[in-house]
Amino acid sequence: MPREFTPKVVTANALIEGDVVYQTADDRWTRDLSEAELIKDEGLANLRLAQAEGQPELVVGAYLADAAPSEDGPQPTHFREEFRRTGPSNYFHGKQAELTDV
Amino acid sequence: MYNYSEFDAAFVAERNRQFRAQVERRIDGSLTEDEFKPLRLMNGLYLQLHAYMLRVAIPYGTLDSAKMRQLALLAEKWDKGYGHFTTRQNIQYNWPELRDVPDMLDALAEVGMHAIQTSGNTIRNVTADHFAGAAADEIADPRPVAELLRQWSTDHPEFQFLPRKFKIAVTGAPADRAVTMAHDIGLQIVERDGEIGYKVIVGGGLGRTPMIGKVIAEFVSQEDLLPYVEAVVSVWNLLGRRDNKYKSRIKITVHEHGIDDIRARVEERFKVIRPTFSGIDVQLFEEIKAAFAPPAFRDESTAIYETAYKTDPIFRSWADVNLAQHRAPGYAIVQISLKAHGETPGDATAEQMRVMADLAERYGHDELRISHEQNVILPHVHKSDLPAIHAELKKHGLATANIGLISDIIACPGMDYCALATARSIPIAQEIATRFDELKLEHEIGELKIKISGCINACGHHHVGHIGILGLDRAGVENYQITLGGDHTETAAIGDRTGPGFSADEIIPAIERIVEAYLEVRTSAEEPFIKTYRRVGMAPFKAALYEQAEAYAAE
Repeated sequence: MPREFTPKVVTANALIEGDVVYQTADDRWTRDLSEAELIKDEGLANLRLAQAEGQPELVVGAYLADAAPSEDGPQPTHFREEFRRTGPSNYFHGKQAELTDV
Repeated sequence: MYNYSEFDAAFVAERNRQFRAQVERRIDGSLTEDEFKPLRLMNGLYLQLHAYMLRVAIPYGTLDSAKMRQLALLAEKWDKGYGHFTTRQNIQYNWPELRDVPDMLDALAEVGMHAIQTSGNTIRNVTADHFAGAAADEIADPRPVAELLRQWSTDHPEFQFLPRKFKIAVTGAPADRAVTMAHDIGLQIVERDGEIGYKVIVGGGLGRTPMIGKVIAEFVSQEDLLPYVEAVVSVWNLLGRRDNKYKSRIKITVHEHGIDDIRARVEERFKVIRPTFSGIDVQLFEEIKAAFAPPAFRDESTAIYETAYKTDPIFRSWADVNLAQHRAPGYAIVQISLKAHGETPGDATAEQMRVMADLAERYGHDELRISHEQNVILPHVHKSDLPAIHAELKKHGLATANIGLISDIIACPGMDYCALATARSIPIAQEIATRFDELKLEHEIGELKIKISGCINACGHHHVGHIGILGLDRAGVENYQITLGGDHTETAAIGDRTGPGFSADEIIPAIERIVEAYLEVRTSAEEPFIKTYRRVGMAPFKAALYEQAEAYAAE
């Protein structure tokens, strides 16, 4: 039986700043996970990842990360992605302190 | 202190010019990330979880106030106002932007610093005893040979694409403060019939396969050292596994071939290499040694210190723990803790860096050191200056009296920053330090080294911690394994795993139970944790950890 596909977002790091970014449905890169496109189809996820990898002038290291739907948009399902979403836990630094689009 | 020659400065300037052009080509799209990545890594630039990270070399942990002030400037101008000192005696900046890195490297070059070979499969920054040139028990200062090795290894054409990274540490004293037994090559300065030479240890290392190094040569003379080290790296360069990165380090090569086979191959290679060394290296070594001549020590009264020690209990507590014995009468080695309770181990703000630079300039013959335990050292301080230094440190959150105690924790950046980490390290270190500060127990506990890593790569040296903590991902939850009995000194040992790990919520109480068990079974306050563990073994600690945990769960 084929493995069930879990929803994904396309995520990467911004080329210049290194910030964690997410692909939106309208082909922007956002630093806010709630704005990311939640992809529920495996074929589409691979296509969107390929499109992201085709933008090396904007982002580095694109990959698919598990996410779950919520009223506030996609949410992380693993603690690593939670830390990427917010920033480090020892300082109020990173995206928890500043949120702007690429 | 060694200062860059014109050759060094020109070399670094050229490297920076090349890297600036490479960054520009990456940004304008002429270079792909696959092409750019090895180039940025050759210049110490990683991409981590939230941002780029620039790792700057502090060779053998030695710097002066001008260098420290420049590190503060980088923190303030291009980062978020702080830097993180590492177990390799380097400093890392966690938030640089790619376009700023060439300017950062140029700023470093202004004071004779760089980020070359702080990454990549090459010979990394050579580390040394942080008390070098000052320690009372020192046979010889390890820094000149560390500098010789730095010059030899920097851009060495044969060693730029090794099977994996390669780390060398040097100690000049019988007490090993440089973790030489857990390095690819550890060099211990020894004396034989009045001649200074080197005991060479190979194949130590931590990571997923922790190993204590093995002695490959009991005594190598100064004249033979460079060709001998070159022979070791050369043999490994040929034999080292390139098919599997987890088996590529020299420790695996030594393990698979056996130390006797490796020794025979090294000696064979040494015979070939030795005649190609003309003696220039020995001449250069003498010149380098002169650059590390000890400062002119003062000969004056220490009465101010004695009075403060008798009358000020806070100063006395700090002096008892944070000072080490200096070789010169009337002098002390000051260890500045970067482990204030609840703070991030190894972090210093730009302001704190400037305070330490000022103190070094005013009271410390302009010398500073970074320890592998992520603290800062003023190696040469006259005791009469200690009360003034302590007062200044207090004002800036730098007077924590905890060197060698339970809150003086080595912690890697963990999943708060590192792309490789599988769990966080920093919050665990913060919570342990805060908890034992609240309990007011740490001075009662005495010497106890806790070391925490956020993944099996063991950057936090957990294998050689008296109590080691390894953070892992267990089914999507942070989980922490405990090891006991590790030791990073001349009696080096890899710790023993206690059993199943603990969740983030459980790990602090678990550490408390280990400490309570220690306090119960030690013969006296004079028997430190590591000696107690060696005497009684794992059983009482295991019982405290798991039987008590079960009892709590049953309640």
